[in-house]
Amino acid sequence: MGNTLILLVGQGIQMFLVILVAPAVTGIVRRVKARFMRRRGSPIAQPYRDLLKLLRKEAVVAGNASWLFRAAPYAILAFTWVAAALVPTFASGLMFNWAADAVALVALLGAARAILALAGMDVGTSFGGIGASREMMIATLAEPAMLLVLLTMALTAHTTRLPEIADYFIGAPITVRVSLALALAALTMVALAENARIPVDNPATHLELTMVHEAMVLEYSGRHLAVIELAAQLKLVLYISLIASLFLPFGMAPATAGVVAWIAGAATYLAKLVFAAVLLGVWEVSIAKMRIFRVSEFLGGAFVFAFLAILLAFLTGEVTR
Amino acid sequence: MNYAYNVSHLLAGLMLVASFALLYQDRIFAVLNTFAAQAMLLAMSVGWEGWSQGRPNLYITAAIALILKGIVIPVALHRMIVRLGIHRDVEQVLNVGKTLLIGLALTALSLLLVLKVTAAAQNFTREGLALALAIILLGLLMMITRRNAVTQIVGFMSLENGLILAATGARGMPLVVEVSVAFSVLIALFVFAVFVFRIRERFDSVDIDALEQVRGDRK
Repeated sequence: MGNTLILLVGQGIQMFLVILVAPAVTGIVRRVKARFMRRRGSPIAQPYRDLLKLLRKEAVVAGNASWLFRAAPYAILAFTWVAAALVPTFASGLMFNWAADAVALVALLGAARAILALAGMDVGTSFGGIGASREMMIATLAEPAMLLVLLTMALTAHTTRLPEIADYFIGAPITVRVSLALALAALTMVALAENARIPVDNPATHLELTMVHEAMVLEYSGRHLAVIELAAQLKLVLYISLIASLFLPFGMAPATAGVVAWIAGAATYLAKLVFAAVLLGVWEVSIAKMRIFRVSEFLGGAFVFAFLAILLAFLTGEVTR
Repeated sequence: MNYAYNVSHLLAGLMLVASFALLYQDRIFAVLNTFAAQAMLLAMSVGWEGWSQGRPNLYITAAIALILKGIVIPVALHRMIVRLGIHRDVEQVLNVGKTLLIGLALTALSLLLVLKVTAAAQNFTREGLALALAIILLGLLMMITRRNAVTQIVGFMSLENGLILAATGARGMPLVVEVSVAFSVLIALFVFAVFVFRIRERFDSVDIDALEQVRGDRK
């Protein structure tokens, strides 16, 4: 009984940890980018202040908006938050370990995306429609690649549950595998596209011709916008946690290891987050955004990498059996 | 044993990735660089097999691959391109996405086929043969989808990389055969070169489509 309680507490900590650090990660990315452009940049805590400011402001809703428009932000945040709370962060084998399934994760994110696209089209402005159609184009290309990557890992670890995959790679001897390197490359490309990061979309601009994510949320204001922005920040943390737990799982504590191990695990996790955020910032200042019509090539490359990864993992599995 | 397997899997897998990069690449100098990288990976892979299995005659194969295909042929092709004056983009019949999808299907086909057929053979052999067949098929695909004569030569050479990889996987290919194959590839390069320059003289282009005009059934 006591054990169950510990697992539940651990899951709760994880749930609130991801949402608390999410704005800070975005803040670090923005700060790093600003410093590289020789600007001073806003403080790392600025996204928190923005969210608080938006929460206090009045929410303006278009006259022809339906209930969907008002409900969508909360549904998006709920789906993203559940998904982010399931990805293992500082400890593996927590209470809802059985639900942290790779395919379920993709489904949760897909549901959030579908609602966002519907909300973008709800008011009937042209930008919302453009954004929604582009988002769907990116999603149809990115989702198969992501599923293939997750199945590659599952094929190697013989399970689709993320914490168990992480445990397998912590325990397995370190080997050089092409399939894992290819899977990492593919998942990184998918993560960049899904989070509307620079080669695919520019999170810092409101230029009408290029925007995807911003075009869909253009009509939102006040607390609705705050919730949607929080969901986007949470999604970034989710993808970083996913990559970290699949490819750099070291430092993750078993769920029953005690408080000290948990704190050590949390410290490594936060270090990984900061490292990934700095890396993302450096990446974003060093390359240019590509044309929207070239995104299919970029994500097609991710798909090819993921497919090769699963083929090579299959080959290794067959040959060494 | 396991360590040896991991390294050879890494090198052969990277060769496969290089084959896909060749299919994807549409700038002609980048194609040459990728081809040179693939040949160097081949040399490393063959050298590793020679070291890990104690077959010193494979070092000669590795050296031939490194010098001829890693250095001599890319440099020769580079000079040929400069003399032909075709620094422009490579044109393709199919678009890149379809080509890559066909390439993936061919790779899956060759892996499944070789794993089924060679169930009784050694691990090294099965792995090497499976990846080699994939690289050969991708080389063929590259020769089919490209219209530029020079990149078709690169496709042929990359096909031959796959053949060498298959030969190292299977024991018993005599050294004489390997040396003669290597030199016949070099001869083939000279023949190709002469042929390409003749095409250019005749049609003012190295686009293979220009040859269609001389077919008898076209009016």
